[in-house]
Amino acid sequence: MIAIVDYRAGNLTSVASALEHLGHRCEITDRPDQIRMAERVILPGVGAAGATMDNLRRLQLDRVLREDVIAAGKPFLGICIGIQILMDRSEEDDARCLGVVAGEVRRFPHAIDGRPLKVPQIGWNRVHQLRPHPIFEGVSDHSHFYFVNSYYPVPADPSVVIAAAEHGVTFCAAIGRDRLVATQFHLEKSGAAGLRVLDNFCRL
Amino acid sequence: MLSKRIIPCLDVRAGKVTKGVEFKGNVDVGDPVAMAAAYYEQGADELVFYDITASNERRGIMIDVVRAVAREIFIPFSVGGGLRTLEDMRAVLLAGAEKVSIDSGAVRNPEIITQGARAFGSQCIVLSMQVKKTGARPAVPSGYEVVIDGGRLFTGKDAIEWAREGERLGAGELCINSIDRDGTNAGFELDLTGAISRAVSIPVIASGGAGEPEHLRRAFIEAGADAAIVASMVHYGTWPIPAIKRYLHERGVEVRSAPAAG
Repeated sequence: MIAIVDYRAGNLTSVASALEHLGHRCEITDRPDQIRMAERVILPGVGAAGATMDNLRRLQLDRVLREDVIAAGKPFLGICIGIQILMDRSEEDDARCLGVVAGEVRRFPHAIDGRPLKVPQIGWNRVHQLRPHPIFEGVSDHSHFYFVNSYYPVPADPSVVIAAAEHGVTFCAAIGRDRLVATQFHLEKSGAAGLRVLDNFCRL
Repeated sequence: MLSKRIIPCLDVRAGKVTKGVEFKGNVDVGDPVAMAAAYYEQGADELVFYDITASNERRGIMIDVVRAVAREIFIPFSVGGGLRTLEDMRAVLLAGAEKVSIDSGAVRNPEIITQGARAFGSQCIVLSMQVKKTGARPAVPSGYEVVIDGGRLFTGKDAIEWAREGERLGAGELCINSIDRDGTNAGFELDLTGAISRAVSIPVIASGGAGEPEHLRRAFIEAGADAAIVASMVHYGTWPIPAIKRYLHERGVEVRSAPAAG
């Protein structure tokens, strides 16, 4: 069973629909025992870093994710806000995050060379695969994925960055470290390419 | 670099897709779930559904449509039409829509934009506006006026000023629909779209008038739109989405690659 972490925000049903479409059993849950028992854990969604961390702490899921899921080596997938909260801290709400990947989350600049940059980034962007990773199996390099974000993660150790994209700046679009995987793009809204990456994670 | 988005628009009345000309004489063209699945397969980048009945007793039908669509397609879609309160928005988002589109409701109560952005994030809130060219005057310096209630009520608001205000209030995207062009197949209102695109720093969606791929190219390149709404040109099969994308790609417009033919 795959646990989809319910932290009182984000569009959890679309991730559940995508998993069901792929034939994987999943459950949307905020219960620590269910998350500990799950084979894999997904933290999806849209939301602000501060509110997401507050909700995770209030539900006492921050420790569960840090210790019983990520440190324990259980396959974990963070999507969108789920990649950002892995860092130490975020410029958004000046939030302290989970700190399981060293680094910080920054806002896209307002302008590049005097030309305004549209923020949030909303739409389909090409993802450059920087190193081979099982989640990209069967997915062509430079495929388009759907992004919705005003902030992006900046890991301190570049070797965890497995994919990048450009929006004014070149930014980290995906992280892979052992069985910890996270994408800034929405796998559940990225058509066939997104479904393939999601399916690959379910086989990790 | 973001690709330009092609967004088929499905007007839904009592659970069926209709496409009218200038909001009159709607005719049924199909089942929304089947049409959504077909556009998804063809490589549409996003979809938008407008509930054009939007009376309270019919809201339930639309929520069922949203739920069914969310099970079939794995690209973003937005839902608009008659959304007035946070609860209206929450219902369509929980049913699986990625975004809500607010229009007349936001003109009557601009605060709803801010409340929606706070509750669900700016990226969820598309401020849609119906615009008619009514001539420049002190209250409407650009000559483009916002109209509401399906084009029936003139508001005396300048479209460009309303776009700026929408951004300031927290909208994540703007959808600019020209009533003069809607259903004409004569091309987008480029002056209006371009003026708004230059006035704001959030994505702008051109709407109303798409009849051939060149109209989209001009909206993207000349008016700086980030996305374009298409309706009759795709609903009647005149221009399948892969053909539109091929046309744009060959002219140097960045588009998400359409699925290979065959």
